[in-house]
Amino acid sequence: MAERAPLPRAVRIGAPVVVALVMLGLWQAVVTAWALPPWLVPSPRAVLDTLVADRALLWSSLVVTVTIALAAFALAIVAGVVIALAFAQSRWIEASFFPYAILLQVTPIVAIAPLIIIWVRDTRVALVLCAAVVALFPVIANTTLGLRSVDPGLRDLFRLARATRWQTLWRLKVPSALPYFFGGLRIASGLALIGAVVAEFVAGTGGQGAGLAYQILMAGIQLNVPRLFAALLLIAAAGVALFVIVDAISRIALAQWHESELDPTMR
Amino acid sequence: MDHLAGARHRRTALSTDIAPDAARAPIVVARDVAKTYASGTHALAPVSLAIRPGEFVTLLGPSGCGKTTLLHLIAGLDAPTQGTLRWWGEGAPPHAGDAQRIGYVFQSPTLLPWARVRANVRLPLALANVERARADAAVDAALARVGLDAFARAFPRELSGGMRMRVSIARALVTRPHLLLLDEPFGALDEFSRHRLDDELAAWWRSEALTVVFVTHSIAEAVYLSTRILVMAARPGRIIADVPVGARYPRGNAFRASLAFAEQCVALSDLVAQASQADG
Repeated sequence: MAERAPLPRAVRIGAPVVVALVMLGLWQAVVTAWALPPWLVPSPRAVLDTLVADRALLWSSLVVTVTIALAAFALAIVAGVVIALAFAQSRWIEASFFPYAILLQVTPIVAIAPLIIIWVRDTRVALVLCAAVVALFPVIANTTLGLRSVDPGLRDLFRLARATRWQTLWRLKVPSALPYFFGGLRIASGLALIGAVVAEFVAGTGGQGAGLAYQILMAGIQLNVPRLFAALLLIAAAGVALFVIVDAISRIALAQWHESELDPTMR
Repeated sequence: MDHLAGARHRRTALSTDIAPDAARAPIVVARDVAKTYASGTHALAPVSLAIRPGEFVTLLGPSGCGKTTLLHLIAGLDAPTQGTLRWWGEGAPPHAGDAQRIGYVFQSPTLLPWARVRANVRLPLALANVERARADAAVDAALARVGLDAFARAFPRELSGGMRMRVSIARALVTRPHLLLLDEPFGALDEFSRHRLDDELAAWWRSEALTVVFVTHSIAEAVYLSTRILVMAARPGRIIADVPVGARYPRGNAFRASLAFAEQCVALSDLVAQASQADG
């Protein structure tokens, strides 16, 4: 099979934009042509209008949800790295606890969320915990894999130089693990947001601290479908933004020196 | 073994006549060492050898003959399942540190991809907590020795395969080892780079008064470089012959083109062929 040449940047950015514009145009045309009521399918125009009209309400909800997602993401990073480092220190610890990390991954958050919400008095904290549980596994799994993926030759070199456990960890294992760690973060960033939204749904917290999930819930009940779409759009945009930021940070951190970010022809 | 103790810290500069002095105490002695891996593979049948100061000993043999296993045992990277090893008369390899006395060069350059050439070469000294200024001076000297002073700030990925191997050798030389172990270091290089590095390795061996144990499956490379060749055979890995190479150094292309060189290569080739026929 022939090697596919990479597309120019203008195409890679322009093509999806064109697709979006065509889809929106079609959508608008269908809604107008069949005169669909906004409580069934709102036109893109109606969604945009709602986004502007309800901006105060939607913005404060967005801030609530994103704050919870970011706090959960940070918590997942810290906890995930600490757990992965513990796993890397001892095969025994890893063998004993890794199955429970998997348990964390396979148990649906909607099933755990009510428990956490009952046990934790502060709803905000409960929501952060729920979202962190969702985002935790990829950080643990990837960082653990990375800490173990050390070049055997380099490990021998460190042994030959009688490197201490700490030196081997800090000078060899941690740098080797970085690309895997950042790979885990890319996955976890999206999961943190999903976890935050799901937990809000379960908690159903309204009023002052209402997040976007609550707005979606209420808009659904009130058949305010344009607002539902607007909230959905904001969640998606927040997810993409979070991913892009994490991706940029990982590129900056790795680009200068790490193989994974290299031109493959150099190897 | 008392007489060995006195020789432990002596570092003898080699005279122009570099024939090893048989009277001097060996650096490494292996007595009936064997290695069976946990999987049950008999990597090495009982093998005995002595490496004397100033020697350039090559372990020559086909794949799977236990060359690398034996080199790991000599480095102290692995323990034999049977038999004993002594280093400078002692039962354990010398402590690493500022004056790490055993240098090891791997099959691939095994450099830290995220560190510049300078930091890669400094690594053994950094691990030994050598004071920075002193370490830097040693790094500069080692880089100059391998001809890479101009590339101290480069990353490994920016270098050719031969240059990366030079960095790897500089890293092994930076602790000023007495014993340098090399595991098929130039096997992945093109022939031009390989010949050049062979010549330079021979030059470093002489100028640094090193003792070298070199692993290769190239008969020509073994004859060209060594003062002595230990021919190995597979299944189980063992030493089948101990062949001295008498030619004087420096050896150049004239030696490669000589009848003596060709005859020695043919003789070794026959030895290896016989051994591999015998085990079917």
